[in-house]
Amino acid sequence: MSLLQVKNLRVEFPTRRGTLVALDDVSFDIAPGEVLGVVGESGAGKSMTGAAIIGLLEPPGRIAKGEILLEGRRIDNLPYEQMRRIRGREIGAIFQDPLTTLNPLYTIGRQLVETMTTHLPITPAEAREKAIGWLELVGIPAARERIDSYPHEFSGGMRQRVVIALALCAEPKLIVADEPTTALDVSIQAQVIAMLKTLAREKGTAMMLVTHDMGVIAETADRVAVMYAGRIAEIGPVREVVRQARHPYSQGLMGSIPPLDRRVERLQQIDGAMPRLTAIPKGCAYNPRCPKVFSRCAVERPELMDAGTTRAACWLYAEGQS
Amino acid sequence: MFSFIVSRILQALPVMFVVSLISFAMFAYVGDPVAIMLGQDFTEAQREALVRDLGLDQPFFVQFATFLGNAVQGEFGLSYRLSRPVAELIAERAPATLELALTAAFIALMIGVPMGVYTGLYRNSWLSRFFLTFSLVGVSLPTFLIGILLILTFSVWLGWLPSFGRGDVTRLGWWSSGFFTWSGIKALILPAITLGLFQLTLIMRLVRSEMMEVLRTDYIKFARARGLSNRAINFGHALKNTLVPVITIAGLQLGGIIAFAIVTETVFQWPGMGLLFIQSVGAADIPVMAAYLMLIALVFVTINLIVDLLYYAVDPRLRVGRGKGH
Repeated sequence: MSLLQVKNLRVEFPTRRGTLVALDDVSFDIAPGEVLGVVGESGAGKSMTGAAIIGLLEPPGRIAKGEILLEGRRIDNLPYEQMRRIRGREIGAIFQDPLTTLNPLYTIGRQLVETMTTHLPITPAEAREKAIGWLELVGIPAARERIDSYPHEFSGGMRQRVVIALALCAEPKLIVADEPTTALDVSIQAQVIAMLKTLAREKGTAMMLVTHDMGVIAETADRVAVMYAGRIAEIGPVREVVRQARHPYSQGLMGSIPPLDRRVERLQQIDGAMPRLTAIPKGCAYNPRCPKVFSRCAVERPELMDAGTTRAACWLYAEGQS
Repeated sequence: MFSFIVSRILQALPVMFVVSLISFAMFAYVGDPVAIMLGQDFTEAQREALVRDLGLDQPFFVQFATFLGNAVQGEFGLSYRLSRPVAELIAERAPATLELALTAAFIALMIGVPMGVYTGLYRNSWLSRFFLTFSLVGVSLPTFLIGILLILTFSVWLGWLPSFGRGDVTRLGWWSSGFFTWSGIKALILPAITLGLFQLTLIMRLVRSEMMEVLRTDYIKFARARGLSNRAINFGHALKNTLVPVITIAGLQLGGIIAFAIVTETVFQWPGMGLLFIQSVGAADIPVMAAYLMLIALVFVTINLIVDLLYYAVDPRLRVGRGKGH
């Protein structure tokens, strides 16, 4: 059984000028221990999906339709207090900017200890010992001496390691990592991602890895979901999507990554920009930018359908479907 | 840490010097002490004798140096009005003002901070709206009017609390305290509320806006993502991060409460320094006014030092020289 199931998720933002649909009909599964990469442009709804899963959508955003199930149990409609016990314990989260995600006034040890004592039946002294263990695991040198340091005494890369330790310390089954390396130096990114990947594998933790860095996805993810304008455009095994994307948008996205093994005259680029949420075109949201657009695209909105080894929301693959 | 305190004290010295210069200048420019002390009938010889006695025939700098030397030793001469040592008068009145001011500050903090946290957390609840409306009253009604309204309600109509004075006091050495008798505590309630109400509403509004700011930060979202309890997030992580500005304002306000308890003390005939000061102004009793001015400056300087030390206690980022590199 899947660890996490997201079914037809729709997130709306009621505003004075009408309701904005930030996510529509988003469905995917994550198996235990699996890493699902989520890519897309800014504003495509990647982070929003993560926020909806951990139950921390920014008000007035709300889940208007669909279900989120963790091990078969619905979690999208739980009362705050019950959801709080799931956050950290069952679903951990890693945020983008390590410089702002740690409370500047508490030592890292205290933040680790309070997280563990909140969720696990252990004493503060035991939690402190475990905290030192976690700091060692995420690669903080001299963890025993540094546990009583404050966040500002660490560099950005080290702080993100602390954030990862905080996300993992109550041993959740799923980690929602929202751009965990975007704010780091390029040289540090690879280290941190490698460490995160190794730890997740050792602990058997599944991960939803939100990023716009295709390199990170290719390196880390088992499957990848490409998002566009609040919907999933394509989802499939990472190898297939990277090498042989089916959806024209994914093809454009992959074509814009410079290959290292051969010279190309010009990188591909996708003309135009993603539509704003207030002006999503009728039919397929990508149709005004799509090089393979045809008449049906502007009229009917495509659902995800089988497209060889991946599933794509594109009418090009409508043959043989209803 | 030690060098920080020393440098702060050194910085305070010029402030105190300038204030003492201003205090001293009052002797020369505010009224004529000789005329006040001699009254209506005097001879020229009497006048000259008094001028010599008071050292007023000396050059300015000599007079100022003498004044400063005495001031450092807590010696401010005799009150023109009461013919008693100023230091003694102030020492007699200081406990009343300090007890009133500290009680008012305590009430303001103990009620203002929780109200600020509540209104910051539940912005749209009817109780928050009520608190905010109420705080407008506290901010906009002048102190004397609040005092008079309280007297009218609780002393005149209900007859629950005394309308003036300090009640019975207990002597602890030179300190006289109203905390240990029932009548002393009853007498303290109305003036303390009057004095603290403005501070309370100010602190509430400050905590509220700081809370709203802090609750939007990533580290609060991350604390929620870690599943910490609301109590730990709101009263631990969030409140602690609002403290630095609150300490600054609360510190300055405490200085203000001590220095400007004058109106409240007048309304309630509270036997404190403010009442002494206002009576001294009426009688152009310059030694008392000068001493009061310097004392208040000292209070502000001291509170500022304490506020700086509290920053250190609250915010580790300010503890320089402890960084362990990267």
